[in-house]
Order: sequence, then C-alpha cells, then structure tokens
Amino acid sequence: MKVKSRADKAWDMVFVIFCFIVSLMCIIPMLNLLAKSLSGTDFLVRNEVYLLPKGLNFKAYSTVLKDPKYIRAFVWTVFLTIVCTIASLTMTTLCAYPLIFEHLKGRKAINVFITITMFFNAGTIPNYLLMQKLHLLSNPLVLIIPGVMSVYNMIIMRSFFYGIPDSLRESAEIDGASLFRILINIYLPLSKPVMATLALFYAVGRWNGYSDALMYMRNDKYYTLQLLLYNIINNINQVEVATQEGFSAPGLSASLKAAIVMFSTIPILCIYPFLQKYFIHGVTLGAVKE
Amino acid sequence: MSKQAGTRSKVSFGVYMKKYWQLYAMLALPLIYLLVFKYAPMIYVQIAFKKYSLVESVWKLPIAANHGWEYFIKAFQNNDFKYALRNTLTLNLLDLIFGFPAPIIFALILNELCFQRYKKVVQTIAYMPHFLSWVIIYSLALQLLAPNDGLVNMVIAKLGGTAIPFLNDEAHWIGSYIGFGIWQNFGWGSIVYLASIAGINPELYEAAAVDGAGRFRKMWHITLPGIKPTIVVLLIMSLGNILGGGFDRPFAFQNNLVMKVADVIATYVYRVGIKGLQFSLTTAVGLFQSVVGVFFLLMANFISRRLGERGIW
Repeated sequence: MKVKSRADKAWDMVFVIFCFIVSLMCIIPMLNLLAKSLSGTDFLVRNEVYLLPKGLNFKAYSTVLKDPKYIRAFVWTVFLTIVCTIASLTMTTLCAYPLIFEHLKGRKAINVFITITMFFNAGTIPNYLLMQKLHLLSNPLVLIIPGVMSVYNMIIMRSFFYGIPDSLRESAEIDGASLFRILINIYLPLSKPVMATLALFYAVGRWNGYSDALMYMRNDKYYTLQLLLYNIINNINQVEVATQEGFSAPGLSASLKAAIVMFSTIPILCIYPFLQKYFIHGVTLGAVKE
Repeated sequence: MSKQAGTRSKVSFGVYMKKYWQLYAMLALPLIYLLVFKYAPMIYVQIAFKKYSLVESVWKLPIAANHGWEYFIKAFQNNDFKYALRNTLTLNLLDLIFGFPAPIIFALILNELCFQRYKKVVQTIAYMPHFLSWVIIYSLALQLLAPNDGLVNMVIAKLGGTAIPFLNDEAHWIGSYIGFGIWQNFGWGSIVYLASIAGINPELYEAAAVDGAGRFRKMWHITLPGIKPTIVVLLIMSLGNILGGGFDRPFAFQNNLVMKVADVIATYVYRVGIKGLQFSLTTAVGLFQSVVGVFFLLMANFISRRLGERGIW
C-alpha cells in the first residue's frame, strides 16, 4: 500500500463530507416529518418546529389509531400486499423456470410473445375498458390480478436460474426426478436471494402504488393506504375522528397529517435495510447483460 | 450439449411430452395472464379510429370521420393535449439532463470512499427515498417547501428573506419536481454503476498507479470507460422513454396553480378519458404515445449500435 499524499487525504475528506451532506439531505425530510408528528399544536402554529419535536406528545398518533377509516385501509393494504407478493412470486416462478430449458419446444415463440408486452402497452383506456368488460371495476380482485406478474421481474428471476449449474439439474433428471420436483427440491432452495429481492420489489410496488386503486376502485371500502393518503393530503378526505371530536385547529391537522404519513412509511423502512445485500444483487441481474 | 441436441431429434413426441408436459402446465397460467391482461386490451385500441359508444360492441362501432383519423386530428387541435405533450417532453428531458448523471456521479464518489463501514451506512440511507411512494414524497415536499410552514421557507424567513413559492409557481414547481426526482433515484440508480465498477479488472488500476496516474486520472481513464457500456444501455432506455413516463409522480405533484406545466400525457389521459369519458380521443392519444415510444426506442438502439456500442438487444 502506497503512502497517500496530503492532497489525496484532503480529497478523501472532501468525499466523506460530501457523502455526509447527501445522507443528511435524505434524512432531513423524514426528521422534519417525525418532529411535526410529535410536536405540540402551539409550537406548530407558531412555526417553531424544525428537526426536533417541541412539546413532545403522541396525541396525533393516538388520534390516527382511533380513526376507523385509516385503520381499515392500513389492514387492507397489509393483507393485499401479502397476498399480492405470494401470488406474484408464484406466477413469476412458473413463468421463469420452464424458460431455462433449452430443449423446450416453442421456447423461442414464447419468449417473443413475452417480450412484445414489454415494448408495446395498449394504454390506459383500453386497459380500463378491459377491466370494465371483465367486471373487475370496484372488485377487490382488480388490485391483485392485473399487476400480478412483471415481465421485468421474471427476467431477473430467469437470469438467476441460469446461474444455477445445469449439472445439478441433469443429475437429478438422471435419477428420475420430475421437472416439477427439480424446481421444488433444487431450484427454490437455492433461490432465496432472488426470491427475497423480488418479494421486496412486488411488496413495495403494491404498498406504494395508488394509480390502479384511483382508476379502478370506486368503493372506498377497498381504498389502499396510499390512495387514502393522497385524498387526505389533498383535503379530499378528512380524518374522521378528528372532525368528529371537533379538532379543526390548523396545528393539529398538520401533526395529524405528519403522523399518518409516518405510519404509512414505517413498515417498508423497517424491512428494506435487512434485504439490502439481496436487492443489490437483484438489480444487477436485471440491468447488466451477461 | 450438442450430443444431446442430436439425440433429441430422434425422440418421439410422446416421450418428449412425458418429460416436458409439466413445463407447459407451469407456463399455462402466466401465458394466459399475459394474453388476457396485455394482449386483450389491444382489441380496444381500435376505438381510437372509431366512434365509441357504451352500448355497442367495439367491433360494430362506426369508423370515425376523416377515414378514422378524426380523434388524432382533434387531439392535435386541442390545447390541453399540446401542453401535455410539451410538458411530457420537457420534464423527461430535464430528468435526463439532471437526473441521469446524478447516480453516476454518486457511484464514482462512493467508490472513492475508503471507510467501508461509512460507505455502507451512506448507501443504506441513500436507498431509502426509492422505497417511498410518490404520495409520501409529495407530502414530504409539502412539509419542506410549503410557503408558510415549510421547513425551508421557515429558515428563509428566519434569515430575513421572503418566502419562495416552490410548489405554487410554474418555474419553481418544475425545479422542485425535478429535484425530488433526483432525490428519489440517485441512490437506487447508483447500484447498477457500483456493480459495474466492481467488475473492472483491478490490475488496470495497479498498472495506472505504476504509471503515476492520480485519483482523477484513474477515474477518467479506467472507471468511466469501464462503466461506459452500462451508461449507454441505461441512456438508450431513458431516451426510448422520452415520451413515456409514469403516472404516479406527476399526478401526486400536480396542483391547480401549475397545471399548465405539470399536466403530462398520462395524467391528461386519466383526466379527459377516465374522468371525462372521452374514450376515443384518449385512446388515440395513448396509441400515439405507444407508437412514438417504440419508434424512439428502436432509433436509440440503432444509433447506439452504429456508434459501435452494444444495444439493448
């Protein structure tokens, strides 16, 4: 290892500081939000809350937790996310696994059939008319089925399957294992990293997506959390309990909104750091051509 | 491999199916899914050329005026659509100019960090914005940038300045929109480049060091050329998507004061089509967007191949 010059060390410091500032810029919006959600009404009205809460209290959170509409949307979205993730992983596996067999007849045609859907999309209105035709509008299934498989994610999984040595499969075939057994007993146990990555992608997609609920869902019983959030932020919906109990002070409504946003963010923020080493690999599989 | 391929042709259909039927059974569900949800909607594309009515089947609808092109002509005579088209191009172009280099620069700087633990923490933090929905990012933007009680304007007021209407004035809105786009993507986008940098042969750096190359010369002559193929592929995809773009981000950021610069094709189609029920007009708009999008992608790929780079296929 060569000794670093003074200029080199100075540059090291510059990069360290730069990264520190960048990290701060990512965190500050969240800190500000957290501070607002925990602050007293008076301080909020007087614009005195910056990055630390003033007049610390949990009133906003307890109000949100009492709101039936919010709790309903939260529980529904959690349920939806779990169901969608399982369904999506199953469909993606069913599509990716057969395509790694070089001797599969019609494989080329199937690949073309799949690839075309990546380049040409019929568009918003044709999709909407199809949902109407299939009687899926306002049906809770519309939030699950239309987006159940992403071809992009399927390609990531297929790339991962290609990386598993053929010899494992071939020796199992010689032992007389069926191709389905090989998937269950050999491929799936080896595929935890890609499964974790894609589960994260699908779960985040479902948790964060709101356009399908906005377009296809008229029944507010099945509104997803993000759609409810959109409506609350844009004052289309009020927080029920707050209006019932006569809180209309601007300070409280600010801390309420902040608490709601916090609540809706926390589940994902708690999960993603633990999956970091997996999704880094997954993203790379999707973008870098071998 | 080739030996097996040779024996394969002699295998009878029955024997082949006995082994492979399970694969077809597995593929059935995904292929039916694609057929129904990706191909079947294409049937409805024809209403771009027909006069839509709720009661009639799409096959029996009468052809629209001007040999079916009526709605395309109408779209291009419509000011709202012209704004949406212009805004889609402008915002995507600005994203490309400012948003595209950001992850590359960030990856290059991360690569220079010598404290591995610190680097990991910075990365984890930088990936965070990618996991927030656009609704949440917009609400963060509101908390930060609102004219009265936003954090930034509170600081400006404290320093004696006047509040800046970040989200309510057209020019400022564009800046905020692009800025939060960079904020959301710079960390996530850097993953691919970091992986690509990790794949560069370390001997190149050693050789350069022997030749007396400093940090920035190595960056310029080894790292950048090393990740060039990745940059080109991602650039092609961005260029191909110049008329595309999602719905979630612009829709979450829009407000009535800035619609003139904030309305893009995706939100225009939603507003005029699904809310306003002008199905034929908006299908025509969507078809125009799809066809031009595919054309752009083919062009970008063609140009990149001509320049001696590998394309995306």
